[in-house]
Amino acid sequence: MKESNFKYIINGLIKENPTFVLMLGMCPTMAVTTAAMNGLGMGLSTTVVLVLSNIMISALRKVIPDTVRMPAYIVVVASFVTIVQFLLQAYVPSLYAALGLYIPLIVVNCIILGRAESFASKNGVIASMCDGIGMGLGFTCALTIIAAVREFFGAGTIFGIDAIKHLGYEPVSILVLAPGAFLVLSVLTALQNKLKAPSATNVPQGDSIACGGNCFNCADKICSENHGKLAEAKAAFLAEKAAKAEAAKAAKAAAEAKPAEEVKPAEENK
Amino acid sequence: MNLLIILISTSLISNVVLCQFLGLCPFLGVSKKVDTAIGMGAAVIFVITVASAITWLIYSFILTPLNITYLQTIVFILVIAALVQLVEMILKKSIPSLYQALGVYLPLITTNCAVLGVALINVQKEYNFIESLISGFGTAVGFTISITILAGIREKIENNDVPHSFKGMPIVLITAGLMSIAFMGFSGIQFK
Repeated sequence: MKESNFKYIINGLIKENPTFVLMLGMCPTMAVTTAAMNGLGMGLSTTVVLVLSNIMISALRKVIPDTVRMPAYIVVVASFVTIVQFLLQAYVPSLYAALGLYIPLIVVNCIILGRAESFASKNGVIASMCDGIGMGLGFTCALTIIAAVREFFGAGTIFGIDAIKHLGYEPVSILVLAPGAFLVLSVLTALQNKLKAPSATNVPQGDSIACGGNCFNCADKICSENHGKLAEAKAAFLAEKAAKAEAAKAAKAAAEAKPAEEVKPAEENK
Repeated sequence: MNLLIILISTSLISNVVLCQFLGLCPFLGVSKKVDTAIGMGAAVIFVITVASAITWLIYSFILTPLNITYLQTIVFILVIAALVQLVEMILKKSIPSLYQALGVYLPLITTNCAVLGVALINVQKEYNFIESLISGFGTAVGFTISITILAGIREKIENNDVPHSFKGMPIVLITAGLMSIAFMGFSGIQFK
């Protein structure tokens, strides 16, 4: 039980990282990653909402009627978002000012509704909590990394601390402006294509996957369909690999079997 | 004059997709063909304009008098979701031809963050009813302009020799980045 929970956390952090692999929630990813601090703040706020809503939805999964589940999920998520919004406003006003409109917009972040639909509504409370932690931390790490890269090259600082600016580095300020978000994300997805890293944008079917940076219709069943597609592509890849390995094994076995057979009759003859 | 300023600033200067990153998902997802992009744009114009009117009415006549404005996020998202459903049903019944044109795109707009974003911006900037309406309309027009341009460019890119790694999403993102640079030019417009 404990081990599987740990697996859920790792799964969200690495294997199904919501930003790098599933390509969900691109709007906040692009909007707030102008400075590493903002990325971290946005990631942590989303994590808190995700964990709490996962726990709540998982606890209520037998109470919520199937026909009205989406509105019910939205109400749960929106309540937690409002709470987080007030907490930030009260205790971290600078971050609240920097993130502004994007805090209430966590409600429409498809990672949260996607996880509610595809995980929390089917699994127990503890497992859902771990899934929320994993997915949330995965999102936080991705956001912080992207934001750190943009801040490092775009402003010459990291977390607001002078990194290479004092060396006479001339910041490429377009990276911290709006176009920079598109350019950085584009280079990231291109690298993933190049390295054939697992990502929603380079699954063989490519465009038929609804999530190719396209999160608006991900909240509902399409999200789980995408999961299915990713899993299928992976299974096909593994099957191919296994078949190759099998073939190699068979060839090896055949090669080994031949001398063995030759030996056997020889032994029988004795 | 004030209304004209709102219209221009919401549609061009702070373009909803290219400067504020709202509604990115349909922007990248439904921009493969110009026809579908225009259809999506029309549906977005319709829904955002109606939604900004309704959310303004609810905010001013229900939430403010009852002093529960802190519930705005919950109320707005539910109202928008219900509104989209309602619009779909009404269109299907009364104007089937318009439904034929917009129908497919309507359900996709529910979780479009631009709709909720516009409603929240209207409240934040304390617009009156007409100003909210114009702001919503302008934002949606800005969305339509940018998605149509992107779709036009994508149709051309189809025939180009794109480096292998940049095929698909990366080249679209680069295109969007260049468009964003172009739209930054509008920020030089000054109103006196």
